[in-house]
Amino acid sequence: MSEVAVVGVGYTRFSRESARPVLDLAAEAAVAACDDAGLPVHEVDGIASHMIGHDSENAQAVATALALPGLRCVLDLNQAGQAPCNLLAHAAASISAGLANHVLIFRALNGRSGPKVGSARFPGRGGQFRYPIGYDSYLMYIAMWARRYLHETGQDERDLAAVAIAHREYAVRNERAIRRTPLDLDGYFSSSYVAEPFRVADCTPEVDGACALLVTSMERARDLCHPPVRIAAAAYRTGPRPGLDIGDHVLTDDYTRNFTDLIRDDLFGRAGVTPADVDVACLYDCFTGPVLMSLEGLGLCDRGGAGELVRSGRLPINPHGGLLGEGYLHGMNTLAEAVLQIQGRGGDRQAAKHEVAVVTSGGLMDGSAAVLTN
Amino acid sequence: MTTARTPVASATAGPPDGRIDADSAPFWAALRQERVELQRCTACARLRFPPMGRCPWCAGASYVREEVDARGTIYSWIVVHRAFGSEFAADVPYVVATVDLDAGPRIALRLERPEGVDFGSRVRPDFHHHDDWTELRMVLDE
Ligand SMILES: [Zn+2]
Repeated sequence: MSEVAVVGVGYTRFSRESARPVLDLAAEAAVAACDDAGLPVHEVDGIASHMIGHDSENAQAVATALALPGLRCVLDLNQAGQAPCNLLAHAAASISAGLANHVLIFRALNGRSGPKVGSARFPGRGGQFRYPIGYDSYLMYIAMWARRYLHETGQDERDLAAVAIAHREYAVRNERAIRRTPLDLDGYFSSSYVAEPFRVADCTPEVDGACALLVTSMERARDLCHPPVRIAAAAYRTGPRPGLDIGDHVLTDDYTRNFTDLIRDDLFGRAGVTPADVDVACLYDCFTGPVLMSLEGLGLCDRGGAGELVRSGRLPINPHGGLLGEGYLHGMNTLAEAVLQIQGRGGDRQAAKHEVAVVTSGGLMDGSAAVLTN
Repeated sequence: MTTARTPVASATAGPPDGRIDADSAPFWAALRQERVELQRCTACARLRFPPMGRCPWCAGASYVREEVDARGTIYSWIVVHRAFGSEFAADVPYVVATVDLDAGPRIALRLERPEGVDFGSRVRPDFHHHDDWTELRMVLDE
């Protein structure tokens, strides 16, 4: 497969009330990603995105809003946080196969002022067994896994706290973040429970906004504005019986290991690096629990050692402050942060070493991941 | 094992959800009669939940419905302190647990009187009758 790179990132402002249609947000982020790279918008010939239910706009609509002369490659996924690295994988494969030259991937939503992300009800047959009984928010499913995970790995709420606190320290340094009040251990434990073991401080705030990335061939990337970020590997993975919808986890046996456990060897193998080579980890953090589980799943620490790794500060994890800091954009912003880190554009939060970044999208039985290098 | 209200028997009784179909309707109808009825694959003999047309282990399309003894063990649980749907606002805090049925499948449901719940706690059914449908809840087995 020929080499493919991420060459630009674009954001709208992240807010609690955009007062703008989602299509307008998507178009703004898309144009910003092209401008960032220095690629004329009209050269884009592929668009890929995702949504939950109908909380965003099709690629077709964005192509129209951008007045593109045409599209050769389009993908609208019905996925949530599992999608960003999966979209990256498909963009890279499409470019590599000659289906498109330049692919925009984006996530746009009014997740706070519009249909709220936290109470989104997923399409699919599984919902009839959850929603009518009050098992009706994604955070509840993540919390269900987290309690069992902490129990089996000998960790506890202090390890969740470590994630919340470390993310907040980064968010304080990130102007894009919407939650920037410093947080300490006392502050964490005085935060009220939402769905125990999760407190408000464990939960990502809903946000309005959009984020887009521009993907192109390495050959073209070398002519653009910033150092190309090589997609060393990108992949999606789930095991058997992934369930009837995003929230249907009762067919999964083990709530202490998520998809990162399954994707690790394939991902790092294809990227030609090992977990020990990782300089920056940008991990899906819709809630604190998946950060711990994914650190273990990716082999970045030993079983039960995730909270300790976070406390140690040895590895930069989500230098943007994660979704916990920037808001619930389903991790497109986390993928974008990995790009900025590799390019050395992380500002006050830039990791000292930044040659290899690992990114995850998703928290439970399925998801995607990528390794980005300079 | 029952609440005070008497359920009304119905062949299609289920929650007002809009997703109930030919594979799940018998499950809901059985709950209305305070029975837990699951599908057993005739090819690999596994019981399954949620109900669906094919076996998620072997893809077998034929099955029989079977009443099971729905006692089980707590695998994990959460305590919901903040209701998302307004219809649950009066219930908080409430406990949702994942229970491994002795019969095999895992199911997520509400626990009644959950004080003292722990990993491995034994639970038994406590059918909770709504006006038009019946919910499978459980209580800790003494
Ligand atoms: Zn079977």
